[in-house]
Amino acid sequence: MRKAMLKSALVLALFAAGVLPARAAGSEDDYKAAYAAAEAANKEAGKLRNQWTTTANTLAAAKKAAEVGDFDKAAASAKEAEALAKASIFQATSEKTRWREMEIR
Amino acid sequence: MASTIRVRATSSGETTEVQALIQHPMDSGFVKDSKGEIIPPHFIQQLTFEYDGKNVFTADWGGGVSKDPYVKFAFKGGKKGDELKISWVDNKGATDTTTAKIQ
Amino acid sequence: MRLRSAIYLASAALAFAALTLAGTLPSGAADKVDPVADAKAFQKFFTDKFPKVKLEDFVNGPYSMNEDLYRQWQDKEQFPPYEFSLEMGKEMFSKPFKNGKTYADCFENGGIGVRQNYPLFDAKEGKVITLELALNRCREANGEQPYSYVRDEMAALTAYMAFTSRGKPMDIKIPDDPRALAAYENGKEYFYTRRGQLNFSCATCHVQSPGERIRAEILAPALGIVNAMPIYRSEWSGMGTTSRRFTTCNSQIRGVPLSPQDDEYRNVEYYLSYVSNGLPISGPGARP
Repeated sequence: MRKAMLKSALVLALFAAGVLPARAAGSEDDYKAAYAAAEAANKEAGKLRNQWTTTANTLAAAKKAAEVGDFDKAAASAKEAEALAKASIFQATSEKTRWREMEIR
Repeated sequence: MASTIRVRATSSGETTEVQALIQHPMDSGFVKDSKGEIIPPHFIQQLTFEYDGKNVFTADWGGGVSKDPYVKFAFKGGKKGDELKISWVDNKGATDTTTAKIQ
Repeated sequence: MRLRSAIYLASAALAFAALTLAGTLPSGAADKVDPVADAKAFQKFFTDKFPKVKLEDFVNGPYSMNEDLYRQWQDKEQFPPYEFSLEMGKEMFSKPFKNGKTYADCFENGGIGVRQNYPLFDAKEGKVITLELALNRCREANGEQPYSYVRDEMAALTAYMAFTSRGKPMDIKIPDDPRALAAYENGKEYFYTRRGQLNFSCATCHVQSPGERIRAEILAPALGIVNAMPIYRSEWSGMGTTSRRFTTCNSQIRGVPLSPQDDEYRNVEYYLSYVSNGLPISGPGARP
């Protein structure tokens, strides 16, 4: 039992360290895909005239991390930027009807 | 060129109230411009108000005072029609001076 | 980490909402646009909320909301910080362009005492024209480069024009033109729509919380809020235009600002000015 646990712990540790070469290349692709998705969502938010400053900052952080080769961090930031952009789209869309609730009548 | 000092002095019997607005950038020397370069320090170091040959108010300023400073104070004495002389010197050696009649 | 979970939750909610909203997106205002009724309700809301404040005093923004601030402001108004900008504006206004013409040639009554008519609806173009836009158009029509909407020169010019209208009641007209009504309604929608990561609308601060504090600042009521423009803000250590205030307000709530004088900004100025009709022009103003 213990041997099996140690074995899986070792494999886990190797994964975590990113030692397996295939994973490193995948991580750059992950970043590129995530960044493209985030940019597209932010562009959509721009059409709705509701981009957030934090989306732009997070996208910039993602790019910066990628420039120094930290693709894990870059991908994570890009995914966060996409979530922010999508939230801003949700806000703009729902506010189209909800604004009337605030209106003085 | 017009004076950088705007002043109004009003006497009410025993005391004279003085207000002044001075046009000056008062750059502290800690702020950077859009290019990221420090804007050099440029501020008034001394401001004096003189009445009847004596300084009734002296301000020793540094970079912590904001742009276009406004000063308000009162001093004992001062008669209507008398003159009040105001001068300042900044860290670049520039000066300005003006006189105002007490109302 | 908590923020991240919140964001993921929000995007999951988005996916859900997208499914449910798909068939129910509105096709435009169902009610008729009634600016007269709006203005009445708007003014009543604020006078009811602050019964001790006279209608005309609402134009003094935060000073009408706090006695101590009011006293300090009265003191400062004897030597107002906008004086230098105002003088500069007066000089600029009377200086001829290279072709010999002046700003006076572009405005009714030579541009003196007309600020309370802006923004106005231009029927030929079908859009709202603000004072700032009109000034730049005047410059361009006379072969001059336009000024930035957020810098000192535009602020100085509008300060002078506002000063010549001091005391005059705001007098915005909405012609019986569906495009004008649409612009007004668009401005109203902008005012009440929440935006930016902080999810604030203009109304969040200026309708829901006037007189209360946001950090160390006391919030101004929306009624009469444009009557004091342009303003010398201590925070800016200088004079700022309406455009500057709109754009900085957007970034403060973490929304990317639109370009100065974009449709939404001109329309919201149109709306805010109209619902403050009758209140005096108090510009140029001084604010913390």
